[in-house]
Amino acid sequence: MKVLVPVKRVIDYQVKVRVKPDQTGVDLANVKMSMNPFCEIAVEEAVRLKEKNAATEIVVVSIGPQAAQETLRTALAMGADRGIHIVTDDIVEPLAVAKLLKGVVEAEQPGLVILGKQAIDDDSNQTGQMLAALLGWPQATFASKVELAPDAATVTREVDGGLQTLRLALPAIVTTDLRLNEPRYASLPNIMKAKKKEIAAKAPADFGVSTAPRLKVVKVTEPPKRQAGIKVKSVQELVDKLKNEAGVL
Amino acid sequence: MPLDAETRPIFLDTLRRFVAETLIPLERQVAETDEVPEAVWAQMRELGLFGLTVPEAHGGMGLCMEDEVRAVFELARASPAFRSVVGTNLGIGSQGLVMFGTPLQQARWLSGIASGAIVTAFALTEAEAGSDSAAVTTRARREGAGWVLNGAKRYITNADRAHLFTVMARTGEAPGARGISAFLVPAGLPGLQIGPPERKMGQQGAHICEVWFDDVLVPDDALLGAEGAGFRVAMATLEKGRLHIAALCVGAASRILEEAVAWARTRIQFGRPIIEHQLVAGMLAESQAELLAGRAMVLEAARARDAGAPIPLEASAAKLFCSEMVGRVADRAVQVFGGAGYVADTGIERWYRDVRIFRIYEGTSEIQKLVIARELARAPQPSFNS
Repeated sequence: MKVLVPVKRVIDYQVKVRVKPDQTGVDLANVKMSMNPFCEIAVEEAVRLKEKNAATEIVVVSIGPQAAQETLRTALAMGADRGIHIVTDDIVEPLAVAKLLKGVVEAEQPGLVILGKQAIDDDSNQTGQMLAALLGWPQATFASKVELAPDAATVTREVDGGLQTLRLALPAIVTTDLRLNEPRYASLPNIMKAKKKEIAAKAPADFGVSTAPRLKVVKVTEPPKRQAGIKVKSVQELVDKLKNEAGVL
Repeated sequence: MPLDAETRPIFLDTLRRFVAETLIPLERQVAETDEVPEAVWAQMRELGLFGLTVPEAHGGMGLCMEDEVRAVFELARASPAFRSVVGTNLGIGSQGLVMFGTPLQQARWLSGIASGAIVTAFALTEAEAGSDSAAVTTRARREGAGWVLNGAKRYITNADRAHLFTVMARTGEAPGARGISAFLVPAGLPGLQIGPPERKMGQQGAHICEVWFDDVLVPDDALLGAEGAGFRVAMATLEKGRLHIAALCVGAASRILEEAVAWARTRIQFGRPIIEHQLVAGMLAESQAELLAGRAMVLEAARARDAGAPIPLEASAAKLFCSEMVGRVADRAVQVFGGAGYVADTGIERWYRDVRIFRIYEGTSEIQKLVIARELARAPQPSFNS
């Protein structure tokens, strides 16, 4: 079975994000970028499926600027077989991403698409769901466990208040949660070997998709600074404040 | 072979992440238990770290010197005990074989060294042969189709983990360096005994032990390089080894300085962060400038070596400067941290102890000065680099 894994290049999770002075977005100049951590989990899951012989080929796809090729190389070094790079300098919104991925799915015919549940830059949490809708495929989001049979997937999901287990007919869409697995470090020899794997370059127009934005960012601001707390002298004073000032008792 | 522009950042990024996410959180545990956990050895094997300098044909990565020092810059951001795990395999443990091994010897050992299945140790130093390393008294005498080794080595890194020792022993009557040969001695041979790990000032987790040879019989093909050429084997790997240590100093200094800067930006005294107090700021600025100077020295020497130039002077100069530099950087870091730097919790005093050895091993600072001066005395013109 072929598995398709979309991966996104985002601001590195360790970077302290700074908002641009004009509040139009986040300052990305000279900032370290890397693969979205949820996408890494998706790649890892696909590689494990292949190691268990449940998957035969892993195709990774990324939509973004030339530099996104590095993200694809990282995925190839982790164990993916080949890459597709849809090159664009635009900021591509989830719906356009889903439409592009639909094009890739139609061309590649995978039995399973595994995506991160969200990207840590815009936290949209939409692409997987939109892709499932566009394809008319079943979906299991926020997966913490994936088991694959030839014609069905059993997916455990993390939901409020516990775990839910779904059985999906394949082909299907799975989005990964944090606890699905712990991604491996690409081994250094595999990083070198990844260089020889194929990455096909495409453009959004190849899929007849417009990446023109439909949303307008009005303003980006930092979260408000936390106010300093107060110290109370006695339990009585605390209870009094909780009752009369905070109104929580 | 140098890594290409696309591969190198992925390689260094992966290494940096491994160091930050896996090694640095374990530093304190390793220092307290004097043991690098087995799981870390396994991860380092999986990552391919043992084989960075082994040629690709033998399962390694065959990194050029520049890539090697860049990798060491990253690896050395964690306690030096971690680097010690792979250190000898990257240096003489593999390079002696690469340069002087017969095809048979290479085929037998190199792929295991590259994968980390075989851990190597280098046994040169003796009680009376330290800086005067040609004063080796361990002897190998011919017996039948083999050699019999007798003697004692000391301060041998990884001796208690090693599968293979490169042993320097006297084979002829020729005095000094000319009478010394190199031998590949597998661990576990009858008569080969390893002492308990020494208690040391720093770098807990990295073990050094005494090694005794009591009528240890090795076959003829244990001889590495020609008879009497042992010292050439050792010296040939020295340039590389010294640059490697210099890079180690640079990596350690960058981590120590980072810690000091982070502290100075948040520690408030007299109503403001201490980095805004000029005397503290001055210490940090000096450390940063020296760190950059050392880094530049290492990179330039590495590139020159990759271009085929002999660099005995440059390697010694880089080793001398960088090992002294990291000592100053660590000393200032303790000063910036103040009392908190002297207390073990922040890890700064540990770094201060850990980096002290860099001025001693792989040639003391004094020996480096002699090497530099010797090169100056015999060079056709002063080496100011064209």
